[in-house]
Amino acid sequence: MSDLVRNTIRFVLFILVQVFVLFQIHPLHRFIVPYLYFLYVLWLPFSMYRMSLMLVSFLFGLTLDYFTQTPGLHAAACTLIAYLRSFVVNILIPQEGAEQNYKSPSPVSMGWAPYSIYVLVLTLVHNSYLVLLEWLQFGSFLFFLGKVVATSGISLMLILITELLFFRKEKFRTNTA
Amino acid sequence: MRNIFLFIRRYFNFVFFVVLQIAALYILFHYNKFHEAVFSGFANEITGNVGGKYNNIAYYFHLKSTNDALAKENEELRNKLLSNFEKPDSTQKIVQDTLPYDTLGHYRKYEYRSAKVVNNTVSLPNNTLTIHRGENQGVHKNMGVISPGGVVGVVINTSSNYAVVMTLLHRQSKISASLKKTGETGQVSWEGTSPLYITLKNVPKSAQVAKGDSVVTSPYASYRFPQGILIGTVMEIVDDKTSSFYTIRLKPATNFFNVEFVTVVENLQKDEQAKLEEETNKINQ
Repeated sequence: MSDLVRNTIRFVLFILVQVFVLFQIHPLHRFIVPYLYFLYVLWLPFSMYRMSLMLVSFLFGLTLDYFTQTPGLHAAACTLIAYLRSFVVNILIPQEGAEQNYKSPSPVSMGWAPYSIYVLVLTLVHNSYLVLLEWLQFGSFLFFLGKVVATSGISLMLILITELLFFRKEKFRTNTA
Repeated sequence: MRNIFLFIRRYFNFVFFVVLQIAALYILFHYNKFHEAVFSGFANEITGNVGGKYNNIAYYFHLKSTNDALAKENEELRNKLLSNFEKPDSTQKIVQDTLPYDTLGHYRKYEYRSAKVVNNTVSLPNNTLTIHRGENQGVHKNMGVISPGGVVGVVINTSSNYAVVMTLLHRQSKISASLKKTGETGQVSWEGTSPLYITLKNVPKSAQVAKGDSVVTSPYASYRFPQGILIGTVMEIVDDKTSSFYTIRLKPATNFFNVEFVTVVENLQKDEQAKLEEETNKINQ
């Protein structure tokens, strides 16, 4: 399956799962909103140009926004993590050129520890920015902190479950092959 | 000039990032104006369609509770039927007419249209639901929406076959309400935290409120809702010593978690009222 087809299918699936499964969950607490959709941005291939990466993330966020009737909210957060993604990858990649040997970020291509940090940092950035935009319109600082921590915890747990359930096999690519 | 181009080229990614952020934040903070945008109607039609498909499946699992709610509403309506109130002498006869004007001089003020809910959120800071009935079926912006339980919200956006309703669980939702027992009015809004309760403000402390009291739509909300539709019941009364008003927490009468069918209320006389008020405002200026 080509990258384009694979990522288009993921685009649709992530939106549908977020809107019709995760947003439908009966809220346990006012701090807890399960967000998983931005994992799509983290899974996009290394080889994409940063510009197209941001553009795809913007469109992805905007699509979700049309379902939640909050135009711009998720789009802003997705664009931010798409922009920061390559910086984080550059710092965390274990050796020079690993991003040429593998297609996309995963526990296999980056190693479990760097990949966890990669996910942790971008999850925190995404959720902080999202809650910050909500908070600018209302709420107290304690609400902001509590919601960032709670939503990030839930997001990390969901990402871990997703990584374990849908283990992505990453082939090692060399120049010779 | 060359340096400017070099600068833009060097920081192109950053510039592009800033442009996208500004675009996103612009449409976010111009949320209300955004409804007027052309493509929001088109996007609404698509998301409504997807929501409808999903709802076809989910609907099956709620059949039992929906049936119960509809049966209950039927029973309530049957009790309100005019034929229940028979008069002993036959000289008076009540004639019902579907025309807006009847021989007794009553104008019809409200017209009701039922609609199926195809998409619904409760966990966001601004919650909306999408109904499968739009401009072509007589739903317009600013109409009130009620459910078998009570008030649901107000229509804020429409396309030809779908409409988006701002529920009570929306931070811009404000509805004039009154205590059913004593009639004091206040305003119902949502603080944006828990979907389990909504807030009634501006009720003077002279009012006698008790836990469990009903709060209904006030006559001042009659632009969108008939008077006396249940909004919620009092859950907790917060007695703020620094204010001469109560802040009251209400349990919403509508269960937003499983609302399946709603009724859109059209005020047939609203144009006349709006015109009169607008003319008065012009004089006052």
